[in-house]
Formats: sequence, structure tokens, C-alpha cells
Amino acid sequence: MSSLVFAQTPALRFSLRKSLGLFILAGLVVFAFLPLIIGGADPLKQSLRHSLQPPSSAAWFGYDHLGRSMAARLAAALRLSLGLALLSVVTAMVPGILLGVLAAWRGGFIDRAIGAVSESLLALPGLLLVLMLTAIVPDNPAMLYLGISLVLWIEYFRVTRALARPILNSPAVEASRLLGFGPVYILKRHVWPEISAILLRLGAFGAASAIMAIAALGFVSVGVRPPTPELGLMMIELLPYYEEAPHALLQPIAVIFLMVLALQLLAGRQNSGKETA
Amino acid sequence: MRMILNRLLQAVLVAFTVGLLTFIMIRLLPGDVAYRIAAGRYGYDVVDSAAAAKVAAELDLNRPAIEAFGLWLYDLVRLDLGTSLVSGEPVWDELVMQLGHTLQLAVSAILLSLLIGPLLGILAGLNRGGFLDRGLMLVSTALRALPQFVVGLGLIVIFGLMLNLLPTAGHAHGSHLVLPAFTLALGLAAVSAQVARDAMAEVAQSQFYRFARTKGLPEWQVFRRHGLRNVAVPIVTYLGVQFIYLVEGVVVVETLFAWPGIGHALVHAIFGRDVPVIQGAALVMGLMFVVLNAAVDGFCYIIDPRRRDA
Repeated sequence: MSSLVFAQTPALRFSLRKSLGLFILAGLVVFAFLPLIIGGADPLKQSLRHSLQPPSSAAWFGYDHLGRSMAARLAAALRLSLGLALLSVVTAMVPGILLGVLAAWRGGFIDRAIGAVSESLLALPGLLLVLMLTAIVPDNPAMLYLGISLVLWIEYFRVTRALARPILNSPAVEASRLLGFGPVYILKRHVWPEISAILLRLGAFGAASAIMAIAALGFVSVGVRPPTPELGLMMIELLPYYEEAPHALLQPIAVIFLMVLALQLLAGRQNSGKETA
Repeated sequence: MRMILNRLLQAVLVAFTVGLLTFIMIRLLPGDVAYRIAAGRYGYDVVDSAAAAKVAAELDLNRPAIEAFGLWLYDLVRLDLGTSLVSGEPVWDELVMQLGHTLQLAVSAILLSLLIGPLLGILAGLNRGGFLDRGLMLVSTALRALPQFVVGLGLIVIFGLMLNLLPTAGHAHGSHLVLPAFTLALGLAAVSAQVARDAMAEVAQSQFYRFARTKGLPEWQVFRRHGLRNVAVPIVTYLGVQFIYLVEGVVVVETLFAWPGIGHALVHAIFGRDVPVIQGAALVMGLMFVVLNAAVDGFCYIIDPRRRDA
């Protein structure tokens, strides 16, 4: 058996999963942002004539209990979820990676100090931390964003630190140093290629858990407040009407399912990732 | 020994984080805090400056921030959680009762998930690529892409409303436990089934496992002597990671099913800005997380003799 074939098969299967994830995600992004470009119904505009109307050729997604367009509300909720998740992931990624490299590079006191901060944040389950932060300043998506970023950066920090340490101690980096290359070159040339490979995976998981957290908080009515369209909140609002309008309840569920599924497909299997972390 | 020390440190960190956050919370209550709390306690009609002053003195609202924070933490260390700003009852008394309900739910969920997940995972791992393996993969991937409350909603709609088999809210008798416990258990089992499946597949391919078969041992005995412990270690270790999911799930699932536990209390306290209850509930949930993790450490120590030498 040639090693070439061996190496190719899992890569191929991986790319199939990933491209499926990418495809779903792209579809959701188009659905979310198209109304901004071509214009669409106002997600807050009520019209009780339409209350709980099922999908029709005029309105593909029907109307909710207050006669608001489900399509517009779903798109707005998706923009909120995806936007907040992306923002949190990027906010968490930059300091997480920088601090991780710093800790691996300097070691000693700095390493232990940053490690201790991350441990103390990790001591509380993430959702609890976000929940308490939203309790400090309620009705404010900024607190959601802050809380989620605060939870997410730890994963980046830990993975980067674990990856960077052996690289920085490797003969290749030593050779670069002896040749007189500065830290910027070493980071760009030796550390970055290794780290960038796992960025997508960590980012996708981070975004998935951020989306779940936002929806869970909306669902227990602690996160975003009505009338802002938010997936978890929409579900709890539409639950009483499930018998008359199951389509309305199923739509936000389907959207969140597709979104998390797409991100998990992009990220690959969780088990192997957790063990290296 | 080191492990125990680490967990103790973690417990202290939990208490400190909770203390700090709730302290900021009470300082940032909008408006005049003393008036607001007094209004919450005595009703808006009977609040006067005397009542507000009394509340301010009681909660050290007049002292400088650092000093007040010290006192706040000192109360926490003495486990004096104060009284609820809304009901006026001591927080401890409420927490003890709620903790009982939450533990009941959490323990049933863990046991149920251990019954479902590893069993199916091991069967799938023994028969890799088979029908069960692929089916399990599909179902557990789908389950993991669904937030807990959606799974709970689905169960409510199917078993509570369509089939009318089980009650959907409350906790009057045993059947009320079924749906919330099952909701949590499904989420936990989705992950532990995959972990068990991977571990079992790896063990089944190992040389010692094949040799045990080759020498003619019956399948069950091979599994019991050579498979079980090896598979158990990753499953139990992974339980530690899953407890995050459990503690988070308790908040959501208790709220969904109106289960009168700590998660339910926490959400309601946040709604009512009842800071002492928030503090108490978050503290107890954080500590529960630490204790569960310590239990996992202990179990791994028992199952895996290799760790004792290290």
C-alpha cells in the first residue's frame, strides 16, 4: 500500500464535510444579508391581519403571532447571531493568540500570571459567567459580546501556548535566531503557519458555542429583549402557538440547527480537537 | 494530592469570581441602590429615606468601594450569603432546598446518559462501519447541533402534548423528572457515545484484544477483562468536560421545565436583580462544577492504575 493513497483519502473526506458546511453557511449568510441589499419587510412591523399566516407564495416564511414577517425576523436574528458570534471570535482570537505566544516565549512569571487569569475564568462554566455579566448591565448586547469573548479567548490562549512552546524551542527557531532574525520574522515564519492551521477549527467551534449561548440566554429571557428578533427569543415567543402555527416555531429551530451544524462540519470532529487542547 | 490542591484552588477562584461579579452588580444597580432595594423589600409605597438609610447601613453602601468589597468577600468566606432582596428569606435556606432538586435532576441525567451513550458507543465501536455505527454517528451529530432547549422543546411537544404521556412542568411527583432528565441525558449521551465508540474501536483493533480473542476467550470475557477498563478511562475523563454542559444545561432546562432548582432560581434572580440570590446560586453551581470534577479525578484514579505511579 502506498503512503500517498493513505494520506489522500481522509483529506478528501474532510474536504467534503467542510465544503458542505461552507455551503450551508454561505446560504445562511445570503439569506441574512440579502434583505439589506434588495430591501425587504421591516422585522418589527406588526399587522394583526396576517397573524400566524402560514407560508404562501407572497410570503415564503409566513407571519408570526403579531403578524410580523417571519422572513424578515429570521434574517435579522441571523444577522445578530452571526455578527455577534463573528465579532466575539475575532475579539477572542487576537489577544488569545498574542498572549499565548507571549506566554510560550517568555515563560516564567508571565506564563504563570496569564495562565492563572485564564484558569480563574475557566473555573466558572462559561454560560454562568456570561449570565452574570448580563445581569450587571441588562438589556445590553455589548455585555453578551464581552462575556462570550471573555470565555472564548481562553481556548485560543491555551492552544496557542501549547503549540508555540515546542516550536520556539525547536532547532529551526534556534537557527533563525543565530542568523540574527528578529521576533517578527520568527513569529511569521515559524509560529504562524502552525497556528493558522487550527484557527478555522477553533473559530468555528467558538462561533457555534457563541450562537448556542446567545440563543440559550434569549430563550430564558435574560439575553436580548423583545422586540429585537433573536432565535431563542423567537422560539419562546412562538411556543404557545405551536398548535396553530407549527411552521413558525420550526423555522428558528431549523435555522439554529443549520447554523450550528454548518460550523461543526467546518470544524471537524470535536473529540480529537479537545484532546490536543 | 496535587489534584486535590488544584481543585481546592479552583473552588477558591470560583468564590472570588462570583464575589467580584456580584459586588460590581450591586454597585451598578441603577438609581439609588438603597432606595431600590428598600422598594423591593417593603414595596414602593412605603419607602422613605429612613428605610433607605437602614438598607444602606445594612449592606455597607456608604463605605468606600475597596472596604465594602473586603466586607463583601468576608461575608462570602463565612458563607453568610445574606437574605434575598425580594422575598426577605435567608438565601441559604432557599438554596439548600433548590440544591436538592438540582442534584436529583443532575444525577438522574448523568446516570441516564451513562446508560444510553457508552452502551451504544461500545456496540458501535465493536462493529465499526456497521449500521449501528453509522446511525449513531448521524444521530449524535444532529443532537450536538441542537441547543438543549430545542431538544427539550421537542420532547415536550412529542411526549407532553402530542402523546400526552408525561407532564411537562412542575415537580409534584416522579414522572415530572423524566422529561428534563432525559433532555439533559440526550445531550450528554450524544458526546459520550462518540467518545466510547472511538475508544472501543481503538481497543478492538489493538494487539492484546485480538490476541485475547485468538486464544479462544468468549466475546463477553474478552470485553470484560480487556476492553471495559480501557474504554472507561476516556469516557470518565470526558465526563469532566461534559459537566460544563451539564451545569449550563441545568440553567436552561430547569427554566424550560419549571423545575424548582438552582438554575431556575438563578434566572429568576437575574430577572428580579436579586443580587444575594444570584451570588448564592452562582456560587453553589460553580462549586458543584468543581466537586463533580474532583469526583471525576477520583474515578480515573481508581480505574486507571497507571495514574497512581505518576
